[in-house]
Amino acid sequence: VNETPWLSWLVFFPLLCAVLIAVVPGISGRTLRWLATLASLAELAFSLPLWWRYQPGEPGWQFVEQVPWIPGLGATYHMGADGVGVLLALLTTVLTPIVIVSAWSAVEKREREFYALLLALEAGMLGTFFALDLLLFYVFWEAMLIPMYLLIGVWGGPRRVYAAMKFFLYTMAGSVLMLVAILWLYFHNRAVTGVPTFALDAFYALPLDPAQQTWLFLAFAFAFAIKVPMFPLHTWLPDAHVEAPTAGSVILAAVLLKMGTFGYVRFAMPLFPSASAEFTPWIVGLALVGIVYGALVAMVQPDLKKLVAYSSVSHLGFCMLGLYALNPQGMAGGMMTMLNHGVSTGALFLLVGVIYERRHTRMIADFGGLWKTMPVYASVFLIVTLSSIGLPGTNGFVGEFLVLLGAFRTNPMWAIIAATGVILSALYMLWMYQRVFFGPVTRPENETLKDLTGRERLVFAPLIILVFWMGVFPQPILDRAQPTLDRTIALCKARLEMTATATAVGRAASVAPPPGEAR
Amino acid sequence: MSVFQPAALIAADWWALGAVIALSVGVMALLLLEFLPSGPRSGRGAIVALLTLAAAGWSVFRVRDVRRTLFEGMFLHDGFTVFFTLLFCAVAAIAVLQSWDYARRTGINHGEYYALMLSATLGMILMAASNDLITIFLGLELMSLALYILVGFRRGRLDSSEAALKYFLLGAFASGFLLYGIALLYGATGTTNLGRMAAFLADSPMLGNPLLLVGGLLVLAGFAFKVAAVPFHMWTPDAYEGAPTTVTGFMSAGAKAAGFAALLRLLVVALPGLAVDWRPLLTWIAILTMTVGNVTALLQTNLKRMLAYSSIAHAGYLLVAVVAGGLAGGSAALFYLAVYSLMNLGAFGVLSLLGREREERVMLGDLAGLGTRHPALALAMTVFMLSLGGIPPTAGFMGKVYVFSTAVDAGLIPLVIVGVLNSVVSIYYYLRVTVVMYMREPEGEPVEIAWAAPAVLATVVTLGLTLWWGIQASGLLEQAQKSIMALL
Repeated sequence: VNETPWLSWLVFFPLLCAVLIAVVPGISGRTLRWLATLASLAELAFSLPLWWRYQPGEPGWQFVEQVPWIPGLGATYHMGADGVGVLLALLTTVLTPIVIVSAWSAVEKREREFYALLLALEAGMLGTFFALDLLLFYVFWEAMLIPMYLLIGVWGGPRRVYAAMKFFLYTMAGSVLMLVAILWLYFHNRAVTGVPTFALDAFYALPLDPAQQTWLFLAFAFAFAIKVPMFPLHTWLPDAHVEAPTAGSVILAAVLLKMGTFGYVRFAMPLFPSASAEFTPWIVGLALVGIVYGALVAMVQPDLKKLVAYSSVSHLGFCMLGLYALNPQGMAGGMMTMLNHGVSTGALFLLVGVIYERRHTRMIADFGGLWKTMPVYASVFLIVTLSSIGLPGTNGFVGEFLVLLGAFRTNPMWAIIAATGVILSALYMLWMYQRVFFGPVTRPENETLKDLTGRERLVFAPLIILVFWMGVFPQPILDRAQPTLDRTIALCKARLEMTATATAVGRAASVAPPPGEAR
Repeated sequence: MSVFQPAALIAADWWALGAVIALSVGVMALLLLEFLPSGPRSGRGAIVALLTLAAAGWSVFRVRDVRRTLFEGMFLHDGFTVFFTLLFCAVAAIAVLQSWDYARRTGINHGEYYALMLSATLGMILMAASNDLITIFLGLELMSLALYILVGFRRGRLDSSEAALKYFLLGAFASGFLLYGIALLYGATGTTNLGRMAAFLADSPMLGNPLLLVGGLLVLAGFAFKVAAVPFHMWTPDAYEGAPTTVTGFMSAGAKAAGFAALLRLLVVALPGLAVDWRPLLTWIAILTMTVGNVTALLQTNLKRMLAYSSIAHAGYLLVAVVAGGLAGGSAALFYLAVYSLMNLGAFGVLSLLGREREERVMLGDLAGLGTRHPALALAMTVFMLSLGGIPPTAGFMGKVYVFSTAVDAGLIPLVIVGVLNSVVSIYYYLRVTVVMYMREPEGEPVEIAWAAPAVLATVVTLGLTLWWGIQASGLLEQAQKSIMALL
């Protein structure tokens, strides 16, 4: 237990900066951009110690903070981090400054609000990863929707209002049922143990019979499946991605989608293992459909951004497949794919944003031969494309390989179907690359395009470094994630047995009364 | 019956009655002051009203921990009364602050305006403090009559008069229902005192008696009208639309809270024995109220009408808490009422700032571009909308969590699911307000803002509380729990 409330500082520092940027009068233009950048860089600096101060070997939550919040309900302000939370938080803090710098020239109207919302969004995302009290988690989970909704709705494309509304309503519709499930768990726990609490650890220790688990799991899984998004709940994603401003798309793809998979790892799977096992065929089936379907639909997209959006559906299918393989390799692969997708797809959206800023079109047909006019841009794009395909030596390979390995161990058929997704992803990405960059320059407008500016190179440099570093030397990342994932698997197994025993005992004696009657 | 005994009052009783006395004096003072001419822009009425409300609130606050029964058990001073008295005084004070400039601007700045507002507040306090059906009715009529007039206060405008007439006619019907119900309850139990009624019903063969059931049903209908629950909600959109905006805010918060205060006392104190009868009924009313309110609100383009339907929906959420019952349900209802009153007043307060002089700019399109031209005001409206929609970190979210959690505890899962799905529906129309403010450019002349210090203060206060209770709900929650203890 450490003394300084470090995680709270990480969560509330960007929020504080957001408020300052929003209210301090007289800052605009350059000053404003620098302030926002410095704020996000400072946040990154504060978050970096997460990397080396986190002790992977030690069980349980680290950097824990706990103070009473609503004593009347037993809700506490309870923060803590595990390996998964640390890595996703670092992904967030690394990407936010990149996104902010990338927006310097892209955002022209209402800059002040834009940067303030981005920083507020960062606060919400970090809070979601760190919250260990389910009510607190839910507060962050939903509060985070507001800045994203406004980012899409105010700075987005022509159909931005529709997309923003759809994004909000889809996510909300999923999460309210999760709230009901959280409340039910709370009262069930109170009836069983007599302690009113929303603490995750208490729920981890709570025995639930299979029938209860089914409903609770469905409520949680539905909320997270919308966020992932899993086929067929993915329809909000292309709209939101295409209409969102570049910065919004990057954050949405890189971090917000991870909230869904993160939710499975931290909540849905360990809390309700027997239901999770029961629904595994469904979830894996939908993940496989998502992999193939996302890839096929991506292939026929004429719009670059839509192509990347559908490729996200495919990649997130890999994540889910890895997680539901429920073995160390699969889990680690799922985790790696989450991070890889954040880096690669984030970079892809940024690259699409660069070209859109110059040409105000994202249609593949409007380009061709860009290799000649923008060589640096083309090389960066090539590296990111290859990383997205999963070429060995880039980060994508590590994740996909581990996922396939894990899936094969559980059920070879899963791996075989998923492998077609790998082939398809090479197909649509390379085909797109060929049409955009190779051949002669077909349009006169494309002949005078400016290559990446110094600022833009600075934006992509860290991402390229990450692509290779995570591809060649992923062990430090896996070292941090693996103990947590192993513990999750162990927890799932232990709770599964606990359920089995409880059911056996329950059959012998009588079933425990539901909380409503227990009062 | 015997001659009314002169009550022997001790000091605490005087303090407890302080609110009633202060408000009565304030009403008379305001009316008498009208003999001294004052300009049309005078702030005299508002100042007197504010002082009166402060005195009323302070007086009751002084003896907040005392429990007294006055006037043969007709007037109860307990935690419940204190909670509602303070809530009503706060609601009225905020409404007065909002009216200060609005009334001057729209030419309704007469002494009677504030006198009526105070007497409506007095009526609300009586409804919450009464332990007798007769005094509940007295309070309800005092409140209603004042509100009928306030709704029609913009005499020059046809819609205002129409609204007042509609409200009055339907309200008179509802009062008739209520009174008839009271008569039947009296016939069945031989008393109008809630405590004695409960004692009589505790071991009595009357429980299944049609007289009692019909009486209870009629009383329920009367209250359902006052809190705007479906199917007694028809008057709401018209009355809310036609009334001066500040009055709409005041009645949407105060009258609803008063209706629920009396309803809670009646159901919890007098008729717990009938719970098997009223619980399924109220469950269905709650489902209908939420659904009809939210779905109809989707179609509105006039913000006052939209908020009217939204207030109907909120009555539905409150009924969920009432159905859940018990200590938790009651305190959830109290908590939600306080939260709802503040956020709804805040939203109407923002609306009352729109437009110059007498023009009323309350169409959805009038808000277009507000986010660019008046970011602070747009931010406030956004927070109120998100809070009404139940999005964290606002008070509305905590209110919904608390209400739904008590219902989950009571085993009402289907009702809760209907409730949360309804809140998803409601998000659509609340978000539409933010869409218009931030994502659309104004067509035609952009709306002018009639800035005024008192109204800004009211907005700041409501905004601050809406956010504060969203982040730290603990204090209000404890107060609500403590207050409901008085009933049980």
